[in-house]
Amino acid sequence: MSRGGSGSLPRYILQRVLLVIPMIWVILTVVFLVLRVAPGDPVSAALGGKLDPQALAQARDRLGFNRPLIAQYWDYLSSVAHLDFGTTFSDNQPVLRVVRDNGGATLSLTLAAFVVALVVGIPLGLVAGRYRDSFPDAVIRLFGILSYAAPIFFVGFLLQVYVAAPLGLPTSGDASPITIFEVKPKTHILLVDALLSGNGTAIEDVLKHLLLPALTLGLLICGVFIRLVRVNMLMTMQADYVEAAEARGIRRRNVTWRHGFRNALVPVITVIGLQFALLLGGAVLTEATFNWPGLGQKLVLYINNRDYGAVQGIVTIFAIAVVLISLLVDIINALIDPRVRY
Amino acid sequence: MAGLRSTLTRPFTDTVGLARWMLVGGVVLTVIFVILAIFAPWIAPYGFAQASAHGVPFPKVGHPSSAHWFGTDRLFFDVLSRTIWGARTAMEVVILSIFVCVVIGVPLGLASGYYGGWFDRILVLIMDALYAFPSFLLAIVFSFLLTNAFGGSVLAVSMSLTAIYIPQYFRVVRNTTLSAKEATYVEAARAIGASDFAIMRRYLFGNVVQSVPVLGTLNAADAILTLAGLGFLGLGIQSTDAAEWGHDLNRALADAGSGVWWTGLYPGLAIVLLVTALTLVGEGLNETLNPTLRRRRLLPVVMPGRPADLPTGEEKH
Amino acid sequence: MAIDVVDDRFDATGHEPVISARDVRVWYGTTRGAIRAVDGVSFDLAPGETLGLVGESGCGKSTLGRGLMGLLPEGAKRDGQVLFRGQDIFRLSPKASYRLRGSELGMIFQEPLTRLNPLMRISQHFEETIKEHEPRLTKDEIRERALEVLRLMGIPPTRYRSYPHEFSGGMRQRLMIALALVLRPAFVVADEPTTALDVLVEAQIVQILNDLRRNFQTSLLLITHNVGIVAEACDRVAVMYAGRIVEQGKVAEVFKNPQHPYTRELLRSTISLHTTGLNYIPGAPPDLVDPPDGCRFHPRCPAAMDVCATKNPVNIERAGGGRVECWLAGPEDQIPEGGKRPLKQEELTVADEA
Repeated sequence: MSRGGSGSLPRYILQRVLLVIPMIWVILTVVFLVLRVAPGDPVSAALGGKLDPQALAQARDRLGFNRPLIAQYWDYLSSVAHLDFGTTFSDNQPVLRVVRDNGGATLSLTLAAFVVALVVGIPLGLVAGRYRDSFPDAVIRLFGILSYAAPIFFVGFLLQVYVAAPLGLPTSGDASPITIFEVKPKTHILLVDALLSGNGTAIEDVLKHLLLPALTLGLLICGVFIRLVRVNMLMTMQADYVEAAEARGIRRRNVTWRHGFRNALVPVITVIGLQFALLLGGAVLTEATFNWPGLGQKLVLYINNRDYGAVQGIVTIFAIAVVLISLLVDIINALIDPRVRY
Repeated sequence: MAGLRSTLTRPFTDTVGLARWMLVGGVVLTVIFVILAIFAPWIAPYGFAQASAHGVPFPKVGHPSSAHWFGTDRLFFDVLSRTIWGARTAMEVVILSIFVCVVIGVPLGLASGYYGGWFDRILVLIMDALYAFPSFLLAIVFSFLLTNAFGGSVLAVSMSLTAIYIPQYFRVVRNTTLSAKEATYVEAARAIGASDFAIMRRYLFGNVVQSVPVLGTLNAADAILTLAGLGFLGLGIQSTDAAEWGHDLNRALADAGSGVWWTGLYPGLAIVLLVTALTLVGEGLNETLNPTLRRRRLLPVVMPGRPADLPTGEEKH
Repeated sequence: MAIDVVDDRFDATGHEPVISARDVRVWYGTTRGAIRAVDGVSFDLAPGETLGLVGESGCGKSTLGRGLMGLLPEGAKRDGQVLFRGQDIFRLSPKASYRLRGSELGMIFQEPLTRLNPLMRISQHFEETIKEHEPRLTKDEIRERALEVLRLMGIPPTRYRSYPHEFSGGMRQRLMIALALVLRPAFVVADEPTTALDVLVEAQIVQILNDLRRNFQTSLLLITHNVGIVAEACDRVAVMYAGRIVEQGKVAEVFKNPQHPYTRELLRSTISLHTTGLNYIPGAPPDLVDPPDGCRFHPRCPAAMDVCATKNPVNIERAGGGRVECWLAGPEDQIPEGGKRPLKQEELTVADEA
């Protein structure tokens, strides 16, 4: 049963990548069915108030809703395969363009918040797990739970009342109108574009707007990491190889670092990937709280307009992004944990 | 009966220090909210959509006063009353959704794990796909769909929550079933000809059900957050249908700039307290039921001294 | 309880014993009360000697091994005196204990897979251990040491940078042994080293343990429930029951003339090619929170006398060398009038059987 080396990493990656395709197919099917299950006619729901019955019938025909379900399903799958995610009903834009224009804001907020969450959460979790039931552990755990329990719109509310208004920090939008006017959209990610433009005031403006939302969101998410890392740390310190290391006279401090921390963090990588995917969903609330012009806000707008085409397109893109991210996470996991590579 | 009592109290007697306090604190807080929810009509000074009393309209965005302890909001509603009624809404929605989750998810997981085959594989694929989806996004989509059908109401929101949480119950139950199914006593039962249903009911169900309370409690915490989130976006329950904390916070945010703090502080605190309480209970339960994480209260070891001058063979070692 | 062990302090080679344990007690704290897992154990171990510690599950042999190493769980307490080269290791500061472990005292565990960090290469395991105790060695010197001991275990240098899960069970155990021995400790505890392995691999490991004396001059405390292993690999044997060593002595002597009824029953229940019927000892080991009065084996002993149920047997030197504690072996003058009457045993119900 002995193996030669860990050379099966490329093979594992290939297997994983191939697995993605059926996964995406299943998700697409689920999205398609879920949205079709709604009673009532999507077209009239979206456009019913604006068009007369004849135009409505034409629209229905044009958008393909009169065709049999199987045909619609096939249309949907084939267009996704061509990276065509449809057009919005209410403002007639290709969904892909909507995502491009607004996705950058969501992405920059998500990533910034993530960095905050990891930088704060992981060390706190390790400390809490190592010094179980001590005072720091108690405080950290309580913080972890409270940060999970406090909805971002509540914290945002508190910050706006007690912090932002007195301090004069911006609480709305991702930049002032001047900055938006001056910075040319190249990557469509405002922060990157501002950095590329080299415009000092613009960069400062963007960062000032990013500060509060990213910090808030980041601190609120770190609770999940704290709890996860803590539990992993607890279980790792009880592991057999930790005891064996002690039997060899390795001092507590070294055992904690080399065996405890490192091994405890491995499962965290997987969760980071999943959390990132979840973050995209939570972005909706954050963007609503801080009036952040991202994809989440757009989605809510389309939902309130009952814009079926937009919702389907955006949700499809999100779903595929989630699958791809989890693929990436699995690969990183295989790089770190040699046991996974079969 | 004594067995049941010891099972119920074991989480309290066996844990030590911090874990016990967190569990106790969580339970107490949860009970308070349950009482508020059940007795809302009697505890709350006014109705949740009441804008006047004895013909006198309430002030708009009025400061906290003796008549309105928590003040009033921009719809002339009393904040204290809405906060209390909100507990009832939260409880209704969450209990309903988790109940349906358990009723559907547990049997599905049990059957799927036990029978395996194509049925199992398809279900797992679907559940994994649902599970991989960002849950809040899914909640938004489902409430979008169900609001078309039911209109914004407790039922629609509950069913949205059910839809996103079922995969978790399914997974946990299925995994437990898979491992319990391999036990030798199950094999023995099958050898003597017990029917599938009897096996599931008698042997597997007990094992499987153990993980449900922890999952349910933690789910409840998450469900309240999701409910509030939907309310905040205006996708859930409307102000006049019932009191909902998230929805109230939406209105409060608009007034935040002018320094109005009471319309948002109290509903927000209610969310934080209830979710914290449920999470403490869930985590406390998890730590006590999970033997590897449990820290037992060990009786200290006292060794009798060595009476070297006693004649050998008489002292009890 | 004073024990007369003058004769055993010096073995045939005339050297001071490496380990001298006197009245060791290891009790566990539980929610019910203290479990007296090891309750007054004494033995000596000469340099290069292998002592087999044998007994049923739950007799306390594993606890004794761990207690000697200081690897006890929370709530456990140990007591007694254990002299290692003149120092009482039970009285050492934690820092001194850590220094001894790995370099002078080693441990080999039962299940090798879980005892190695899955994320660390074998080379890293060795580097960590050697560096902890001899920080001045260069990386190359460390490598040299590790490869040398691995070679003695039959593991080729090409596998030095592999991960634990890439080895088979037998090789993993050899890795563990190598890791435990790389710093040449004088005393090693092996806790059921072959229980998790199949028979062929077991034979290899036994051979390695046998060679330990020759190659490393290590004193080994071999803990096992397998009497056959003891016969093959050990110089002396100590039979343990319910927290006490009931008989100890040279292997050949004890196995040929077992003087304690438990030893006799243990040997009888061993299976070999000559076995025609299965023998077993009825009943189950006693509850160690509240052990029975008198000799702890008396409820299951086929030769029990009245005195056995009331007075603890005395630890005396046995005929042929070694120690035994059983009223059947004496001392006669301490047995009261009528104590030699056969004990009326209660019927052991089916529920009592393990």
